[in-house]
Amino acid sequence: MLKLHVNGRDWSYDGDPEIPLLWVLRDEFGLTGTKFGCGAGLCGACTVHVDGEAQRACTMQVSDAEGHAIVTIEGLDSKGEHPVQKAWRQLNVPQCGYCQAGQIMQAAAFLAKTPNPTRDDIHGAMSGNICRCGCYERIEAAIHLASTGV
Amino acid sequence: MGFVDNKHLSSAVMQPDQVSPDQGRRSFLQGVLAAGGCILAVDLLPARAGAAPAAVIKTGADAMSVFKTGADAMPHGTVNNPHVFITIDPSGKVTIIAARVEMGTGAARTSLPLIIADEMEADWNHVVIRQGHGDETYFGNQDTDGSRSVRHFFMPMRQTGAAMRAMLVAAAARRWNVPASEVRAENHQVLHAASGRKLSYGDLAGDVAKMPVPAAETLTLKQPEEFRYIGKGRIGMVDLFDITTGRAPYGIDTRLPGMKYAVIARPPVVGGKLVSFDATEALKVPGVEKVLEVQGWPWPSKFQPVGGVAVIARNTGAAIKGREALKITWDDGPNATYDSEAYRKEITATAQKPGLVVRNDGDADAAFAKAARVITADYYLPHLAHVSMEPPCATAVVADGKCEVWAPVQSPGNTFEELVKTLGLPPEAVKVNVTLLGGGFGRKSKCDFVLEAALIARDVKAPVKLVWTRDDDIRHDFYHTVSAEHLEAAIDAGGKVVGWRHRSVAPPIGSTFAAGVTHEIPIELGMGFVDLPYDIANIRCENGEAQAHTRIGWFRSVSNIPHGFAVQSFSAELAHALGRDPKDFLLDLIGPARIVDPRATAEKFWNYGEPFETYPIDTGRLRHVVELVAEKAGWGRKLPQGHGLGIAVHRSFVSYIATVVEVAVDARGNLSVPRVDTAIDCGAFVNPERIRSQIEGAAVMGLSLAKYGALTFKNGRAEQANFDDFPVIRIDEAPQVTHTHIVDSGYNVPPSGVGEPGVPPFAPALCNAIFAATGKRLRQMPIGDQLAI
Ligand code: FES
Ligand code: FES
Repeated sequence: MLKLHVNGRDWSYDGDPEIPLLWVLRDEFGLTGTKFGCGAGLCGACTVHVDGEAQRACTMQVSDAEGHAIVTIEGLDSKGEHPVQKAWRQLNVPQCGYCQAGQIMQAAAFLAKTPNPTRDDIHGAMSGNICRCGCYERIEAAIHLASTGV
Repeated sequence: MGFVDNKHLSSAVMQPDQVSPDQGRRSFLQGVLAAGGCILAVDLLPARAGAAPAAVIKTGADAMSVFKTGADAMPHGTVNNPHVFITIDPSGKVTIIAARVEMGTGAARTSLPLIIADEMEADWNHVVIRQGHGDETYFGNQDTDGSRSVRHFFMPMRQTGAAMRAMLVAAAARRWNVPASEVRAENHQVLHAASGRKLSYGDLAGDVAKMPVPAAETLTLKQPEEFRYIGKGRIGMVDLFDITTGRAPYGIDTRLPGMKYAVIARPPVVGGKLVSFDATEALKVPGVEKVLEVQGWPWPSKFQPVGGVAVIARNTGAAIKGREALKITWDDGPNATYDSEAYRKEITATAQKPGLVVRNDGDADAAFAKAARVITADYYLPHLAHVSMEPPCATAVVADGKCEVWAPVQSPGNTFEELVKTLGLPPEAVKVNVTLLGGGFGRKSKCDFVLEAALIARDVKAPVKLVWTRDDDIRHDFYHTVSAEHLEAAIDAGGKVVGWRHRSVAPPIGSTFAAGVTHEIPIELGMGFVDLPYDIANIRCENGEAQAHTRIGWFRSVSNIPHGFAVQSFSAELAHALGRDPKDFLLDLIGPARIVDPRATAEKFWNYGEPFETYPIDTGRLRHVVELVAEKAGWGRKLPQGHGLGIAVHRSFVSYIATVVEVAVDARGNLSVPRVDTAIDCGAFVNPERIRSQIEGAAVMGLSLAKYGALTFKNGRAEQANFDDFPVIRIDEAPQVTHTHIVDSGYNVPPSGVGEPGVPPFAPALCNAIFAATGKRLRQMPIGDQLAI
C-alpha cells in the first residue's frame, strides 16, 4: 500500500507501484485535470508539482512519489485564482484547452523561481510543453502578465 | 450507473470537486470585469470600397434576411426552434444548448450560443451552456467539420433567439393586455414603456415554456447596430475558467462507477489482421483483468475498427503494461510492402504524364505549343498525422440491450448511426454523449475509437474507458494524403502567363470507403485545384491515379494544403523567373475583380457544399486580402540580413485569406519566424477574438507541417510513434507575433469558414519568404534539414 500526499491530502493506492504516477492520479484518485499527451516526457500535458518542482507525471513511477508533496492543477489554488490562472483567463489563452493544465503548472513552478523572466527564459522553461492548437504567443504573453501582476 | 433520463442533454459524469458550469463562468466573468471588461482589441478593417461581394445578398432593412447556404443539403439540415435550444428558469437563468461540438474554435459552445443570446436579448451573465447529445433529428446537423458551424448556423441561431424574444414579448403583452408592438425586450427584461411596467425573463419562464413558436418569416431580426455580443469579441470562452482549473471535462476524463480501463494492440499494417495471441504474461501484470480479441473489419474499413487485442485493467497504466507483455502474430495483409519513399517516386512519375482532365479552359496544348517560354516545377508533400493533444478515447457502457457512450467526437450523429449498426441495437437504445474535445483537426470525425470502446464494453459487461496512447494515434491515424503536384506555365513573348497546367496526384479520401478509388474525389478537387481563380485563358487541371496503401482521412484544410502550396509556390517562382515583384505578379495572376465560375469547365466542381450564388469565387475579395495583408505587413520594407518576406493567398471554405510571413535564416540555416500577418475575409462574423486565435493557431500548425510534418512508411508500418520522431512546433520556434487583419464586411455578406482556412497559405508564404531570404526554393515538404549549411 502506497501513501501519497496530493493537494494537501493523504491518499492511498494498493496497486502496482511501478506504473506512472499519472495513471494513479487520473484513474485511481479521479484527479483528471492532469492530462495524458505522450506518456514519454515529450509534451508536458501531465505536468504536476513535486515538492514545488515541475515534473512529468507520466515518467515518474508512482512509488517514487511517496514522501513528497504533490500538487496537481486541482490543488494549485483553491479558488482558481493563482496569478498564472488569472493571466491565462485575461488573455483568453486556450483554444481546445487540453494542454493548458500542464502549461499552467509548468509556468507556475517556473515563475516561483524566476519571477522576472525574459523571453528566452520563458522559451527555455516552456519548450517541453506542446500546444497543438498553437497558443504559444498568448502563453508567452500570459507569463509576462502573471510576472508583472494581474 | 443508470441511463440518464434527459434525452437531449449529454449525461453528466463523475468529476471530482466539480464546479457547476455557471459557477465557473460567473467567476470568469467577474475576472473579466475586474480586468476592465475588454479582453482583446482586434484589428478590424473595412471591406475595400467597390469590392461588391455576393450580389444576391439583400442590404438595408432586409440585411441578412435570407440567404441560402449548403446547410440544407447536410444530413438533417438545421433547426431554429427555441424550445430545442433554450430553457428559461423561473430564477432567470437561461440555459442554451450547444448542439455542435467544441474542439477549440469557440464556435460551438461560445459563438453559436452567443448568437442566440444576442437575438433574444439575454444577459450573458445569466446564461449557462449545456452540451446536447448526439441526435441530429432533434438538433439538426452536428457534424462539426468543414469550418461550417457559424457559416451554417448563423441564421438559424439568429432565428432561434429572435423567436424566443418574440415569445417573451407576446407573453408580457398578454399579461399586461397591451399590443405586442408597445412592448420590447431588453437585456433579460420585457418592458412596456408607456406604463413603465417590467417583467424579468424569469417571471415569464412559465408563459413561454409551452408557447407555440412563431413562424420564421414573421420574426424581426435585430439590426446589426443593435447587436450586443455578435461581432464584438468581448466575451471569453464559456469553458475558460474550467480549463484553467483542470475541471473542463474532455473525453479522456470520463469516469463511471465500476469502470475498467482498456488499450488495444492493433495490426501494425492497416489491412492486416490477427493470427493468434498469447496473453499468459500480460495476465500476470498486476492490475490486468482481462485480454480479449477486438473484431476488425476488412480493408478498406471506413470508420470501423481495424481489430486487435484489448487489455482491460484497473487503470490505464496497468493496461499499457499488460499490452507490452502480449505475444501476438499478425498477418500484415495487402499493404505489407507500402514504402513511402518508393511511393514518392511513383506518384512523382505519374505527375509527369497526362491524367484525367478535371478542368479545361481554352486550349492549353495550343498555348504551350506557341509559348515563348515554359516554366515547370514539381512539388511534394508527405502524409501527416493529426496528433490532437487529447488522443482518441471513448467510454462506453453496453448493458441490458442499451448502449451509452461518452466521447470526444466531431460527428455525434454519425457516431450514433455507426453504433446502432455495429451493435445491432434499436436507435432508441443508443445514446452518444459529447464531451469537450482536446483538439480534433478532422481525426475525431472518424468514430472507430468509439466503436472499439463499445465492442469491448459489450464483452466485458462493465463500463470501459478506452485510451489510445500516442503511438496508437500516430501509427493508426487516418492520415492526411501524400501528394505530388506538377505545375507548368506557358509564357508569351510579353511575359504574360497564357497557359497553365496543374497535375495533382494523391491517394484520395474515397479510398478509405471503397476499394479501387484512385482519383481525387470532388471535395478534394474543389480545394484549391479546379477552383483556381487566376485570369489565364488556357487552364488545364489533370488528376493522375494513385492507389492508397493506408487510411486516408481529412486533416484541417485537407487538400488545400498540397494544392495551395503548389499553386502559391509556383506563382512566386514565376514572378521571380519573370523579374516581377511577387505581390504585384500575384495580383496580375488573379486579374481584375470579377466572379470566377469554374462550373462551365470543371465538370465536378464542388464549392464547399455551398450554393455558388451565395458563395461565388469573388476575385475582388481575393485581391483585397492580398492588398490588405501587403499593406499591413509593410510589403517591400527593408529587412535585416538573412530575413525575407513571402506572400500567399488562398480561398478555402469560401473564405479569402492572404498571409505574409517574415522569416529569418541564420548562417547555419536555422529558420525562425519573427512575424506573420494574415488578412481574412470571412464575411459576417460573430467572435473576432476567436477568429484571431484560430489564425494564430493556423500559423503554428502551418509552421509545424512545413518544418517537420512527415509521416513515412516502411514495410507497411508507420515509422513514427511520438513527438520525438513526429515533432510539432514548440514555443521557442513558434512565430513570434501573428497579426490578424479581419475584413469587416458588415452583415450583408454571408459568413464563411475560419477554423481551417488559415492553414493553406502559411507554408507557401513561408517558403516564398525563405526564397527571398536565401535564394533557395524548397519544393519538397517538410523543410527538415534542407537549409542546413
Ligand atoms: S504525457 Fe507526460 S510529458 Fe507527455
Ligand atoms: S489549447 Fe489545444 S493543445 Fe493547447
